[in-house]
Amino acid sequence: MAYSEKVLDHFKHPKNVGTLDKNDLTVGTGLVGAPECGDVMRLQIKVNPSTNTIEDAKFKTFGCGSAIASSSLATEWLKGKSLSDAMKIDNMDIVEELALPPVKIHCSVLAEDAIKSAIKDYQSKNGLS
Amino acid sequence: MSIKKVYLDNNATTPCDPRVVEAMLPYFFEHPGNAASRSHPFGWEAESAVDIARQQIAKLIGADDKEIIFTSGATEADNLALKGVYEMYSRKGNHIITVTTEHKAVLDTCKVLEKKGAEVTYLEVGADGMIDLKALESAIKPTTILISVMWANNETGVIQPMKEIGNICAKHGILFMSDATQAVGKIPVNPRDTGVHLMAFSAHKMYGPKGVGALYVSRKDPRVKVTAQMDGGGHERGMRSGTLNVPGIVGFGKAAEIAQAEMEQEAVRLSNLRDRLENGLKSSMEEVYINGNIDHRMPHVTNMSFKHVEGEGLMMTFNQNIALSSGSACTSASLEPSYVLVALGLGDDLAHSSLRFSLGRFTTEEEVDFAIEAIRNGVNHMRDLSPIWEMYKDGIDLSTVVWSAH
Repeated sequence: MAYSEKVLDHFKHPKNVGTLDKNDLTVGTGLVGAPECGDVMRLQIKVNPSTNTIEDAKFKTFGCGSAIASSSLATEWLKGKSLSDAMKIDNMDIVEELALPPVKIHCSVLAEDAIKSAIKDYQSKNGLS
Repeated sequence: MSIKKVYLDNNATTPCDPRVVEAMLPYFFEHPGNAASRSHPFGWEAESAVDIARQQIAKLIGADDKEIIFTSGATEADNLALKGVYEMYSRKGNHIITVTTEHKAVLDTCKVLEKKGAEVTYLEVGADGMIDLKALESAIKPTTILISVMWANNETGVIQPMKEIGNICAKHGILFMSDATQAVGKIPVNPRDTGVHLMAFSAHKMYGPKGVGALYVSRKDPRVKVTAQMDGGGHERGMRSGTLNVPGIVGFGKAAEIAQAEMEQEAVRLSNLRDRLENGLKSSMEEVYINGNIDHRMPHVTNMSFKHVEGEGLMMTFNQNIALSSGSACTSASLEPSYVLVALGLGDDLAHSSLRFSLGRFTTEEEVDFAIEAIRNGVNHMRDLSPIWEMYKDGIDLSTVVWSAH
């Protein structure tokens, strides 16, 4: 199947690949998916507690090109966003931006899950939820 | 630097050998006849060309030329054999034995027969992809009419113990059918000596054209008959009606002749190239596995898993330059891992991490070296991106991680 230019660009030059210290209280980690399903995403955010904004975001993904592009795009969008705005990122925004075909929509769902899971982790670590 | 395109997907299809194309060309315009036209020279020329091709193909597999029934390809030949035997021999019984790693042309045809009243046993394979002969023999019932086992697997290249299976079939008086699409023209295949009574194969897997294949149907000891699945002019001894694809058949014949002449040296050359590929990848990376039995397999095929890397994503790193498949080509549009590898007992994670390399007549050492380099770079790129590779390197036991399956 043919991938969009944007997917190919994120795939070849992924943004914000890396690892944050998951034990740092200002870091929230979301790990979603399973190896046997062919997709695992780990998305991490570093939050400034005084402004509740995301200062940094990193990801690593095991999966197809669309899964990697979805998580790379998610980290770009997350940086600089408030936690409440980050919660509003919808998987269909990712589908639209990357022009994902129907068979790859689950990649965007996984990215949305990873964002929400990272925010929840940050909140629960800090007694905010 | 010019961008290279390397074709390592010869189990999906092979390029048509230029010598084959040359042999076919006159049969499009100069000799346009219908092989069934008995009343003029155009028809006679076509018939004679088909006769020669039939002999070339029969010679390759040690058969009588009357035992070759031309079809549109191996899928049609599989359908004709299974459905044709089931209809012809249904009064003797309704039980068929086949294997979980067969091609879909066999498995899906068996599913259709089940709806029509057949009972089908799907034998499992061991971790090396081989069937267990004892399990096969104990699956035989008084109602068993046919055992269908593919000669060589399309995804792993694993070759089944055909002679031993043939002996079991002979002992119990059961017909033995084989989808030999991946084997014919590449390794010695002789259905009569092996005890195979029906055998499907195809031109386009052996450097011939697409759209033509054959079913071998034994004519003596036993004389096998199949009920036609295509009705009409009664071509091919009444077993497969339809005007013969004369240029295609001529090409099939030429491909068979070339394959026979070059098989021995090609098999040596290809297995050396295949070993070079495997060693090149295994020696420079960790956690690389070969799937399937390495002692009983085709010389040109290897199926490898690159742990903690997803196959489809991995392919994207090099698929502008290198053609190969993750799973089989017939299912590469789906997201499921290869059912063949799952049948070998590979975990879904390793099955998702697999690539099938199938080398061919036109593959060079330079291309193999280029592929090793590109795949190594791709695996490293994907591992740098992979959270499970990082966990593995940190010493985390992945089986203890609670995953959120979706």
